[in-house]
Amino acid sequence: MIPSLKAVVVTAAAAMLATPTAAFSQGTLQKVRDRGQLVCGVNTGIAGFSAPDDKGNWTGLDVDFCRSVAAAVLKDAGKVKFVPLTAKERFTALQSGEIDLLSRNTTWTMSRDTSAGMTFTGVLYYDGQGFMVKKDLKVAAAKELSGASVCVQTGTTTELNVADYFRRNGLDYKPVVFEKLPETIAAYNAGRCDVFTSDVSQLYGVRLTLGNSEEHVVLPDVISKEPLGPAVRQGDAQWANIVRWVLFAMINAEEAGISSKNVDQMLESTNPDILRLLGKEGEFGKGIGLDNDWALQALKQVGNYGEMFERNVGQGSRLKIGRGLNALWTEGGLQYAPPIR
Amino acid sequence: MGTDMGTTPTGRAHQPPPSPDAGVVAWARKHLFSSPFNTLATFAGLWIAWYLASAIVDWAVLRAVFTGEDGRACSKPGTGACWPFIAHKLDLFIYGRYPESEMWRVDLMFVLTAIGLAGVTIPDLPGRRWQVVYTFLILPVVGYVLLSGGVLGLPLVETERWGGLLVTLVVAIVGIVASFPIAILLALARRSDLPVVRWTAIGFIELVRGVPLITMLFMASVMLPLFLPSGVTVDKLMRALIGVAVFSGAYLAEVIRGGLQAIPRGQYEAADALGLTYWQKMRLIVLPQALTLVIPGIVNSSIALFKDTSLVLIIGLFDLLGIVQQSIASDAKWFSPSTPMTGYVFAGAIFWAFCFGMSRYSQALERRLSKGQRR
Repeated sequence: MIPSLKAVVVTAAAAMLATPTAAFSQGTLQKVRDRGQLVCGVNTGIAGFSAPDDKGNWTGLDVDFCRSVAAAVLKDAGKVKFVPLTAKERFTALQSGEIDLLSRNTTWTMSRDTSAGMTFTGVLYYDGQGFMVKKDLKVAAAKELSGASVCVQTGTTTELNVADYFRRNGLDYKPVVFEKLPETIAAYNAGRCDVFTSDVSQLYGVRLTLGNSEEHVVLPDVISKEPLGPAVRQGDAQWANIVRWVLFAMINAEEAGISSKNVDQMLESTNPDILRLLGKEGEFGKGIGLDNDWALQALKQVGNYGEMFERNVGQGSRLKIGRGLNALWTEGGLQYAPPIR
Repeated sequence: MGTDMGTTPTGRAHQPPPSPDAGVVAWARKHLFSSPFNTLATFAGLWIAWYLASAIVDWAVLRAVFTGEDGRACSKPGTGACWPFIAHKLDLFIYGRYPESEMWRVDLMFVLTAIGLAGVTIPDLPGRRWQVVYTFLILPVVGYVLLSGGVLGLPLVETERWGGLLVTLVVAIVGIVASFPIAILLALARRSDLPVVRWTAIGFIELVRGVPLITMLFMASVMLPLFLPSGVTVDKLMRALIGVAVFSGAYLAEVIRGGLQAIPRGQYEAADALGLTYWQKMRLIVLPQALTLVIPGIVNSSIALFKDTSLVLIIGLFDLLGIVQQSIASDAKWFSPSTPMTGYVFAGAIFWAFCFGMSRYSQALERRLSKGQRR
């Protein structure tokens, strides 16, 4: 769901970057260490990714990733300052040095990765557009939606994606368009259309706000690519490596069965993969400018990728999003991290 | 007997009968049921009032949920207000993300501010001069130290953790108080005989008034960091405060200029004839009259500013409305069909209470200050 305004902002931000504002004499790692605090840009509020709880503490998948990086770099997951950013502010905040790390459900695209002055360091969440329908329609897959009326927000890529999808598959549909998201949800809730479409990560949240959430079901199909990931400033390879490998370590840990609960026992393991990850063997932490217990700290204090996922958007939350594309590659998903060796 | 009726017992016999206008029934007959159309209008009004009142009671009490630990409690179809949402989030709505152990500082500041405002607003208290010094000089300094901390053993609380009603009040009060001197100076400058001063004031006012507040805030938060040297950051809240004070100052300046222009020329000339200097003339003769005249305009600006504070949301600061909205839109724990309505009604009620209070105060002030002119 990308309003075209995003493109404008990216272009403008890129143009501004042409002036050498990003001449940083000092690496980001050193700055973070001197400050004793990681400054992390997050969303101003999006269910499951970044939201304050009842006590005002930030929670969410994006937020937990910031904590992992802080744990790896500063050995304390609590040493993070969260800066809530709007969609328009996020790129300037990164470029101006206001934040060290942008972990704000940002879609990894070519223009952003190359000309907007930032480097994406991986995919924290594979999102994509999906459909929600009323259960009593007895529809099990998007291909069965021929002739359906679809509530969609106008002027967004969401609308274009739906049009493409139905044309590609030779299906009829009737678009019912609205200017704003709340209107679109209200119309679907009032039964003015059969289908509601948005990013899958949003559908589960929207479902909970409907009159009777049990009567609605999110279809398994995903019709667009929205890989969401953390990003850092371009031109600081060491910092990019750290952020990239913290994410890889989270994913590798889940694959190896290391969690925040068993990480201490795992230190006794004989599996060389696990020993390398936890810093008992080799000098992998040194290679990225950290101590060898970098991944150990992150895992102990925040947990592996699966734990972060389930706690924030999965079965441990009210959203109950299935792993789907975000399952490990060994379980049919896309989450795959290069080995640590 | 004399013509002086009613002064003696015998005189009473000559008094007219009691007015038929007295009493509840007569009042109602005169004001509510004087014609068929008015009777109809009265019943229609009563029906609407009854309908609204019963709808509100039905939503806020009868169908409302009062206990629960998360949004599941409020997810049943047909649920009214979801009060546990407000109860669990109340601290967040009032203090934002201010650390729990430091919240007493905010409470203390609320009390100190209330004392200061009471001192300034209640008429005829002794020691007026000291109250003004306290409210306009001591309180801002104390407030800054108390809320920000970092000195005197108070832990530093970065403004990024401030939020909710705290931010709304800080932005509104600082905006209103700081814009007032800016506005008076701008208004005087715009009527100055010195061309450079006059044109500077005109240019400034027209520039600021010609731009929406949202644009100013946006400039301050998105463009400013790009122009500053890397690593230099101006606090976000500070940027917003300056933007709001300047913006509101320019508007208020025009209101005050209206008052200055309404003062008859003779007042200025009389002051000159007394040999007063320019500042004495303004302080003693012109401004007291001019400001009294424009109280409705000033209060109007203040109420507008109070509500405009919600715009700081677009630069990632969370005022009361912003933080309520954030909780509604992003805290999956409280997602339910009835949560949004409850949150918005709560925020609306608080905004209304403050604005209504300001409006009542202005009416009292007008009555008090215009005693000399009442006809």
